[in-house]
Amino acid sequence: MSRILKYRELLLVAIILVLIAAFSARAPGFASPKSLANIFNDTSILIILALGQMAVILTKSIDLSVAANLSFTGMAVAMLNSAYPEVPLPLLIAAALGIGAGLGAINGFMVWRIGIPAIVATLGTLTIYRGMAFVLSGGAWVNQTQMTPAFLNTPRLPVLGLPLLGWTALLVIAIIATVFTRTVFGRSLYAAGGNPTAALYAGVDVGRAKFFAFMLSGALAGLCGYLWVSRYAVAYVDIAAGFELDTVAACVIGGISTLGGIGSVGGAVLGALFLGVIKNALPVINVSPFWQMAISGLVIIIAVLFNARQERRKGRLILRDAAKSRPVRMETPVEGAAA
Amino acid sequence: MSTLTAEKQPLRHIPDKLSTPVRRLLGSWETLLAAVAIAIFTANSLASPHFLDPWNLSDATYNFTEKAMIAFAMTLLIVSGEIDLSVAAIIALASTAMGAAAQAGFQTPALVGIGLSVGLLCGAFNGLLVAHIGLPSIVVTIGTMSLFRGIAQIVLGDQAYGGYPSSFAWFGQGYMSDFSWWPIIPGLEVVTFEIVAFLVFALLFGILLHRTIFGRWIYAIGNNAFAAQFSGIPVQRTKFILFLLTGVMSGVAAVCLTSRLGSTRHTIAAGWELEVITMAVLGGVSILGGSGSIPGVVLAAIVMGLVTFGLGLLNVPGIVMSIFIGLLLILVIALPMVVRRIRSRSAT
Repeated sequence: MSRILKYRELLLVAIILVLIAAFSARAPGFASPKSLANIFNDTSILIILALGQMAVILTKSIDLSVAANLSFTGMAVAMLNSAYPEVPLPLLIAAALGIGAGLGAINGFMVWRIGIPAIVATLGTLTIYRGMAFVLSGGAWVNQTQMTPAFLNTPRLPVLGLPLLGWTALLVIAIIATVFTRTVFGRSLYAAGGNPTAALYAGVDVGRAKFFAFMLSGALAGLCGYLWVSRYAVAYVDIAAGFELDTVAACVIGGISTLGGIGSVGGAVLGALFLGVIKNALPVINVSPFWQMAISGLVIIIAVLFNARQERRKGRLILRDAAKSRPVRMETPVEGAAA
Repeated sequence: MSTLTAEKQPLRHIPDKLSTPVRRLLGSWETLLAAVAIAIFTANSLASPHFLDPWNLSDATYNFTEKAMIAFAMTLLIVSGEIDLSVAAIIALASTAMGAAAQAGFQTPALVGIGLSVGLLCGAFNGLLVAHIGLPSIVVTIGTMSLFRGIAQIVLGDQAYGGYPSSFAWFGQGYMSDFSWWPIIPGLEVVTFEIVAFLVFALLFGILLHRTIFGRWIYAIGNNAFAAQFSGIPVQRTKFILFLLTGVMSGVAAVCLTSRLGSTRHTIAAGWELEVITMAVLGGVSILGGSGSIPGVVLAAIVMGLVTFGLGLLNVPGIVMSIFIGLLLILVIALPMVVRRIRSRSAT
């Protein structure tokens, strides 16, 4: 198992390197350390969100509300900052994490306690959270001039050539990698998605694992709400519209199986970086940014095809079909539509 | 909700005798929906004096007719245990193709043909990936959703297509009284082409799902695809056909919507996939597959149309309406689950 995962990550690293090499042949500055740091910094938010999404996907669910959560939390924090400039930044960041986690907990509660399929619950909260951002702001923008310099500039502060935003992503990657591989909670995520029945007999509370996965995803989305607003120096209702698809794309490209239980932090990060490199390369090679959406769609489909082939090769399909042949109703609520 | 506890409990409550047809009808989801529709209708007519105007009501139907046409096909797809999140993106791509053709000087019949064929092709692409290669439909259609709308975005950029032939406008703006054979009865002159299309498709899909062998196959596949396969049902082909149908119906909706708006931008029909799925689920279709009915979806479409129209008359902004749609989606799914939970708890 670990051999394929390594293989997948090595393959992604190779593809990303080839892409960078190809793009720098067209534009020599593309592969310079400064430009690469820039790309990483630009992809930081996607990386953080993808890691939250990964936690949810590992448990066989999906969180489509991350971008709406980001929008609401970003708006809330920005309004807080403009209304009470004296509130210190750490408190605002804590508020962002808290609001995000709260919104995530709502998703988690619906999936855990009520048993609503995750895709439906988060499809609903996607519109609700963004609508709430509108109700909160009344449709108004929070502009650069209304935010305090500390609020705006802290994530941009360069440390050793990389802005703090990039360092935040590195920190989150380190924490998440430790949590997923070294803690009971992390392993329970894999167990809950890999085989819910076996996980239950092993003493893992599958529903609770899902709940905390959603909360983690929400908290990271909240953090990204602050990061997004300060990076682009503006908060409005439509920020990050459709970004939830990019987070799913990053996970799928990174080899996180949408059937749950398979995937590594490295894969999700590389999947996000892959999208980031393409996004940053398009203007460099004179391709209209309008191409980006179609390219990420195509890449998602290719990655799903690739994942399916890989899973089949390992004989997982037989296990899955055996699981499917048992009465579906008895299983823990899963993405029924995907089955 | 754990497998362990589920195994201990009896799977389903099997009654000694069936309740009488009348009681079953009264206790059904469709009856509840009809009651809700009547309640909202009454509330709306009390809340706004303009609500009951026939022309007004006729305009109100545009809120749901196009979405409902897709929802019928989506119902079949969800009953079979699959889902298609790319329907709105198919509309965008079909509309873009029609726009490009209109610029090139094609006439109305050709435009309609192009719109429907693009829908068919997109549906075939989804069907190929899901039914024949066996990929999970949620992820595939998230991918094709990006791909289809992405292609529309590449073609259109930040531009818009307009300049459709004037005869093309009839599909989205025309009334049936434009035909000489339409009976001249007071009240019937407000019936639009889209209402008739909505009713005809409701009938066709109702017959297909509830009165044909193909319809029984769909339920069988949704309840247990594995058993269906062993019963000799062509599972793959059925699913492929359902994706084709959903694609074509998205094409039909694209024709109506483009004709009604008279222009195409790449953001056309953004977020419709959510409303279409909400419509199906509100209509009593189980998101886990295996159950649902077309009459339920018809009623759900009318309820959603009445809610959005009523809120519109009260000057509620669109994005706030979407909160209501989201809440509605979650509530209609959560309520039966909570009720069932409480019932099974009091039974034991």
